[in-house]
Amino acid sequence: MVRSKEDKIVERIAYIVMILVGIIIVVPFIVLFVSSITDEAVLLKEGYSLIPKKLSMQAYSYIWKSKDTILRAYIITIVITFVGTTINVLITTMIAYPLSLSYLPGRKILSFVVLFTMLFSGGLVPTYMNYTTVLGIKNTYLALLLPNLMFGAVNCIIVRTYFQGNIPVELYESARIDGASEFRIFSSIVLPLGKPILVTIAIFAGLGYWNDWMNGLYYVTDQRMYSIQQLLNVMIQNIQFLTQYGQSGGENLPSISLRMAIAFVAMLPIIVLYPFLQKYFEAGITLGAVKG
Amino acid sequence: MKNRKKLIHNVKRFLPLYIMTLPALLYLLINNYMPMPGLVLAFKSFNAQKGIYGSPWAGFKNFAFLIQSREFPIILRNTILYNVSFILLDLFFGVLLAILITEIRRLRARKLAQSLVLFPFVVSIIIVSYMVRSFIDHESGLLNHLLMNLGSGSIQFYSKSQYWPFILIFVHLWKSIGYGCIIYISTILGIDRSLLESAALDGASWFQRLRYITIPFLKPTMITLSLLSVGRICNSDFGLFYQVPQNSGLVMDVTNTIDTFVYRALLTQNNVAMSAAAGFFQSVVGFTFILVFNGITRKISSENSLF
Repeated sequence: MVRSKEDKIVERIAYIVMILVGIIIVVPFIVLFVSSITDEAVLLKEGYSLIPKKLSMQAYSYIWKSKDTILRAYIITIVITFVGTTINVLITTMIAYPLSLSYLPGRKILSFVVLFTMLFSGGLVPTYMNYTTVLGIKNTYLALLLPNLMFGAVNCIIVRTYFQGNIPVELYESARIDGASEFRIFSSIVLPLGKPILVTIAIFAGLGYWNDWMNGLYYVTDQRMYSIQQLLNVMIQNIQFLTQYGQSGGENLPSISLRMAIAFVAMLPIIVLYPFLQKYFEAGITLGAVKG
Repeated sequence: MKNRKKLIHNVKRFLPLYIMTLPALLYLLINNYMPMPGLVLAFKSFNAQKGIYGSPWAGFKNFAFLIQSREFPIILRNTILYNVSFILLDLFFGVLLAILITEIRRLRARKLAQSLVLFPFVVSIIIVSYMVRSFIDHESGLLNHLLMNLGSGSIQFYSKSQYWPFILIFVHLWKSIGYGCIIYISTILGIDRSLLESAALDGASWFQRLRYITIPFLKPTMITLSLLSVGRICNSDFGLFYQVPQNSGLVMDVTNTIDTFVYRALLTQNNVAMSAAAGFFQSVVGFTFILVFNGITRKISSENSLF
């Protein structure tokens, strides 16, 4: 493309603005990390800063020793994220496949049942009552798993549309002629060919589970079931939570740097995986925007 | 006879497909449909022993309490005003950043900019509220240190409500701008390059190309995204309004929205009546808004509507 002088000026402005925006985005992350490795006494005296005045790994060694609290919450979060994401992807694709077949009788009604949940919801009060009194999930691990299992209908619709556009119906037909059952078709045609979209919804589901703190807030009061985000949430209100919880060494608990260290550790898997998964994540956003 | 054979054939053929839909339908039943009738709670005077359906009817009493309460006009105002400012600012900054990012020709630099803008979107709001605190904490916040170094005193942000509209809008933009931006970028990159090139050859300036080619191409996306947000005008980002001000009571006049109100009334004040009435209002008005604005979206571009 022929580029005028004007175009080059615009590009230069774009660079300058994006560098400024980049700084605004990155600085809070740096402050968080730096305060997690700063000596607690310095933090209390001089406050947060961008450069660590006195390094200390006390907060991280504390995390490493806290098998019953912080590490436990971390492991709970990992397990819940894995289990929840797997179930989410499985049940989403299992309904999306039949919905993608135009000849399935009753497809319109089924689609409506799914779609309607996007438009209307009972809201927090009836949902809370349903989960606590009818289903009794309060203070069980189900409370962390069940309420955000499928993230509504958006994923269903995205996956259905992907199947319709990317898997030729002839494949199903010839598999059926060869005597394959629907479950067989699902596992050996739909799942392998749908892989890109499955990765995409898995990222969204996984992220939702990893960052979830609301279900803990609503349904979990038992400290042994805290997820890492809920632990962080409790520690905002109550910095001495860990000492009250019977963790040893409470006398010189590095409270500020410890909070920041937990926050950093909670963010670490996302920071590490983000570059690899970003492509799928962006694809998911552009697909999901159209529907939801 | 023939019909029966056909029926059996169909059942055999389609039954496995229906079975596959069952786990998801069961989940929707438990998570979405079972709570819906519970909305009648708004018209009942709740008795925990008798449950939602056994409690006696109260007519519109709960709503009368809600409307007469001091909080109701506040939460309504906050929810709507924050949403309106978010919609306008998301649109403006999202499009602006998308235009600038797509002006960057070096692919790696452009990808980096894209990743950076989107990254805060994947961080949990709890961690974001820790970051906010590290800037505005009364004693040790970076911003307060800066103010003190400049000679003015530090500000007790968590107890001064005049700052919170700006803080919340800034945090919202910081965290969520990438979402819309990514969508606008993909729309801009979808514009036929030759169109822009021939316009440039014909002597169109950068602004003219922006005005007559890029913006018109973006318009349907801009309208769709904004209308979808207007449809959700009764909902607010609970995390943003609850976590970022760290549940501070002193600034609640400018941070309380319908969602934080419903939560507090239900789980910390045990005021089920008030909470159910506000929740009912949110569900029903929200539903109406979604229907109306989805209808408008469908009129403008049918492939972008929800249904």
